[in-house]
Amino acid sequence: MNILDPQGPIGAADKTILIDSLAIMLAIVLPTIVAVVAFAYWFRASNPKARYLPGWAYSGRIELVVWSIPTLTVILLGGVAWIGAHQLDPARAVEGSGKPLTIQVVSLDWKWLFIYPDQSIATVNTLTVPVGVPLQFQLTSASVMTVFFIPQFGSMIYTMNGMTTRLNLRADSPGTFGGLAAHFSGDGFSDMHFDVHVVPSEQFSTWAEEASRAGKVLDQRSYIELAKPSMRNEPAIYRLADPDLFQSIATQKIPASPGAQAGAKGTSPQPGGADAR
Amino acid sequence: MLGNLTWAAIPFDQPIPMIASAVVALAILGVLAWVVIKGHLPYLWREWITSVDHKRIGVMYTLLAMVMLLRGFSDAIMMRAQQSLALHGQGFLPPEHYDQVFSAHGTIMIFFVAMPFMIGLMNFVVPLQLGVRDVAFPTLNSVGFWLTATGALLVNISLVVGEFARTGWLPYPPLSELAYSPGVGVDYYLWSLEISGVGTLVAGINLVTTVLKVRTRGMNLLRMPMFCWTTLATNLLIVAAFPILTATLAMLLLDRYLGFHFFTNEAGGNVMMFMNLIWAWGHPEVYILVLPAFGIFSEVISTFSGKPLFGYRSMVAATMAICILSFMVWLHHFFTMGAGADVNAIFGIATMIIAVPTGVKVFNWLFTMYGGRVRFQTPLLWSIGFMVTFIIGGMTGVLMAVPPVAFVLHNSLFLIAHFHNVIIGGVLFGAFAGYTYWFPKAFGFKLHEGFGKAAFWCWLIGFYVAFMPLYVLGLLGMTRRMQHYDVPEWRPWLIVAACGAALIMCGIALQIVQLVVSIRQREQLRDETGDPWDGRSLEWATASPPPAFNFAVLPQISGEDAYWAVKHRATGQSKADEAPEYRDIEIPRNSATGFVCAFFATMMGFALIWHIWWMVAAGAVGAFATFVVFAWRDHDEDIVPAREVARIDRSNRTRRSGLVSKEAAA
Repeated sequence: MNILDPQGPIGAADKTILIDSLAIMLAIVLPTIVAVVAFAYWFRASNPKARYLPGWAYSGRIELVVWSIPTLTVILLGGVAWIGAHQLDPARAVEGSGKPLTIQVVSLDWKWLFIYPDQSIATVNTLTVPVGVPLQFQLTSASVMTVFFIPQFGSMIYTMNGMTTRLNLRADSPGTFGGLAAHFSGDGFSDMHFDVHVVPSEQFSTWAEEASRAGKVLDQRSYIELAKPSMRNEPAIYRLADPDLFQSIATQKIPASPGAQAGAKGTSPQPGGADAR
Repeated sequence: MLGNLTWAAIPFDQPIPMIASAVVALAILGVLAWVVIKGHLPYLWREWITSVDHKRIGVMYTLLAMVMLLRGFSDAIMMRAQQSLALHGQGFLPPEHYDQVFSAHGTIMIFFVAMPFMIGLMNFVVPLQLGVRDVAFPTLNSVGFWLTATGALLVNISLVVGEFARTGWLPYPPLSELAYSPGVGVDYYLWSLEISGVGTLVAGINLVTTVLKVRTRGMNLLRMPMFCWTTLATNLLIVAAFPILTATLAMLLLDRYLGFHFFTNEAGGNVMMFMNLIWAWGHPEVYILVLPAFGIFSEVISTFSGKPLFGYRSMVAATMAICILSFMVWLHHFFTMGAGADVNAIFGIATMIIAVPTGVKVFNWLFTMYGGRVRFQTPLLWSIGFMVTFIIGGMTGVLMAVPPVAFVLHNSLFLIAHFHNVIIGGVLFGAFAGYTYWFPKAFGFKLHEGFGKAAFWCWLIGFYVAFMPLYVLGLLGMTRRMQHYDVPEWRPWLIVAACGAALIMCGIALQIVQLVVSIRQREQLRDETGDPWDGRSLEWATASPPPAFNFAVLPQISGEDAYWAVKHRATGQSKADEAPEYRDIEIPRNSATGFVCAFFATMMGFALIWHIWWMVAAGAVGAFATFVVFAWRDHDEDIVPAREVARIDRSNRTRRSGLVSKEAAA
C-alpha cells in the first residue's frame, strides 16, 4: 500500500511530484526553522553579547526579501502544480502496450463491484488486470459517495451516484496489491478493500475466459440483491448478463440502493450478507 | 407527546457512553450542589450568567472551550486506542459507535473548542486593547455566548439521549440524508450547529463593529495592536462565511425534515453542491481559527522580545490578504472529485498564494526577535513551539495543494496529520499562549510557570509523537476513519501515535494542576502592577482585573504600542500622568436575555431533533417573547458615579505609580 513504492507510471509520477515539491519547500523551510531556534537562543535576555535594538521594527530591504522568498517559491511550485495537474489529470489516457482495458467500477454499501464490459464479467471485491495495459476506469456509486484508490497505482477518484468519473491507470509489475475505499461511507466502510491481481496478458485472457463461464450471473435483478447493504463480503466472480448494467446504474435507470438504516438503533446490518455470495 | 423520544433512545446496553455520561452528570450535579450549598448561586447569576461585561463573557467562552477540550480529547484517546487494537479485529468500539466518536471529536474540537477559545480571547482582550469600555453590543454578546453553549449542550445530550452523527464532522450527503442516516444523530449535529452558528455570527458582527466603530481617541486603524487587526479579519470572515454554513445546513435540514432534494441522490439533488458550499464556509473557517492565533503570537513575540512587531504594515497587509484569499481556494478540499485539470491547477496555485502572506508573517516574527531581549516565559515557549510546528504544517499543506500529490494523499492520515499540525500547532498553541499571557489580566495573578512549562513540553513532544507517525501512515496508504484494518505494517505507527496521545494527556493533566496550584497560591503569584509581562498595548494600562468600566478615563494615544510609549514617557519624567478629571460612567446593565434565549433555544433544538412539535412551538414563542421583553426595556444602563470611579482609579494609580518610581529608581 506504500505510495512511495509505486507500481505504475501514474503512481511513479505522483511520487516524483511529491518528492520534488517537498524538496523545493524544504530548501526554505529548514533554514527558517533553524533561524527561529537560533534567533530565539542568541537574543535570549541573558546573553550579554547580543545587541538590543529596542526600536528596530522596519527594514525595507528585509521586507523585500521576506515577500520575495515565498513568492518565488510559490511561482516555482505553481509551475509544478500546473504541469502536474494537466499531465496527471485522472481523465487523461495513459500510454501502454495493447488495447486499453475498460473497467467499470460501482461502489456499493459496502463492497466494490468491478464490471469488465468487453469480457462480460463482473467481480466483487477482487480486481484482476493485465500488466502494462492501459486501464480505463469509469466509476459511479450505487448509493453514497466514496473514493476508489489503489495506492501503489497512483491517483484516486470519487464515486458518486448519478455521475460517472474517469480514472486512467497502468500497472507495470505483476503481483498482488491492495485497494481500498478512501472516503468514509458508513458502518461497513472499513471492510471495503480489495486485492488487485496484476498478471501477464496471456494469463489475464485465460482468467477472463474462465471467469466468463462463472456459475453466478449478474443481471439487473441479482444486482439489486447485491446492492443491498452488507459487510465483509468475500471476493466473488459473476458472468455479466446485462452489458448496459453500468450505464443503468450511472444514469439512475436503476434507482440508488437503499441505506442500511444506519443511525437507527440496533438495526445495523449483520456482517457478510448472504445476498453477496 | 414526546415525538420520537422513547426509552429506547437511551443506550442502556452500551457501557462506554453510559459510564461517561454518568461521570459527567455526577460532576455537574456535584458542582451544582456545591454552588447551591455554599450560596454562590446569586453571585453566579448576578456576576456571570447575566453579565454583559465583555471580560466576563470572554472568560466564560474560554472556560466552555476548556471543558469541551476534555470531551473532545477523550474522543481522541478512544480513537487512538481503537486503532492501536483493531488489526484484523474489531477493537473495543463497534463501527456504529466509533463513527460517532470521530464525528463528535471533529465537531467538538472545531466548533466548541477552537471557536469559543478564540472568540473568548478576542472578547476579553480587544476592547481593552482598543482602550474602550465594552464591545459595541454588550447584550448581543451575551446572547452569542449562550447560544454557543446551547450547541455544546445539545452535542453532549446526544451522548445519553439518542446518538450523534455517524457521518464525520462535515456531514457529506447522501450519507447524511434521511435515506442513509435515518437516526437522530445528524439532526443533533445540524441543530447544534444551526443554533451555535447564530451565536458565532452575532459574535462576529459585534466584534467587527467594535473594531471599526468603537476605539479610543487617537486609535487609528493603523495604530491598533496586531491582535485587533487579526480580530477584524477573522470576524469579517465570520460575517461572510457563517451564513453559508447556516444556509447549507438549512438545506440539508429541509431535505431531512420536509422531503426537499437539495443533496439527495434522486430528483435532481446534487452532492457536489453540498461539497462546494460547505467548503466555501469551511476553508475561511480555517483562517477564522488561525488568524486570531497569529494575532496572539504577534503580541506575545513582540512583548517577550521587548521590541515592537517587525514590519507592522506588512503584517496588516498579510492579514488582510489572507482574509480575502481564504475565500478563493475551497476547491482544494476535493481535487479528487474529477474536475478538469485547469480547475484543479488554478485552485492549487490559489492555495499556494496564501502561503506568501503566511510566510511573510513567519519571517516578520523571526525579525521581531532579532535584536530583542527574548524572555523564555510560558507564552513565548508556546510561540516558538508554534513557529517551528506551524512551518512544518504549512509545508505539508502546500504540498497537498499540488493536485497530483492530493491525488495520492487526499483523505489519508497524511491529511489528518497536516491539519492537526496546523490546528494544534497553530490554533491551540495560540490559544494556550493567549490564555497564559492574559490570565493575569483577567484574574490579577499569574499562572504557575513551572507547571506551565512542563505542560508545554508534554504537549509539544506529545504532538510530534502523536502526529508524525500519521504522516508516515498516510504515505503507507492508510485512509482516515477506519474502525479496523488488515495491514500489519500500519500497526506499529498507530501504537506510537497512541503513546503521543498519552503524552498530550499528561500535558492536559499538568494544565489542570497548574490552574489548581495557581489558584491556591494566588497570593504569591499576585500581580499588583496590572502589567506583569512589561506589555506594550493598552490592556496593560489598567488594573488587573480591570474595573467593570475598564478605563476610568479613556486613554488618548498617539502611536503604535500605546502603553509602551506611556511607560517610557512616565519613566523619563519619573512620574505618572497627572490625576485626570473623573466623570460619571455609564455601563450596560446586566441582562438575563442571553441565558433565557439560550434556554428556549435548547428546548427548541431538542424538540426539533425528536419531533416534539408542541415543545418546538413553546421554545419559539419563549425565545421571541424574551426578545420582545428585551426590546421594550426602558432602563439599560447603570451609572458609576464619578466619585466611585475616582476612588477605584486612585487606589489603582497609587499602587502602580509606586511601582513605576521604584522601577525608575532601579
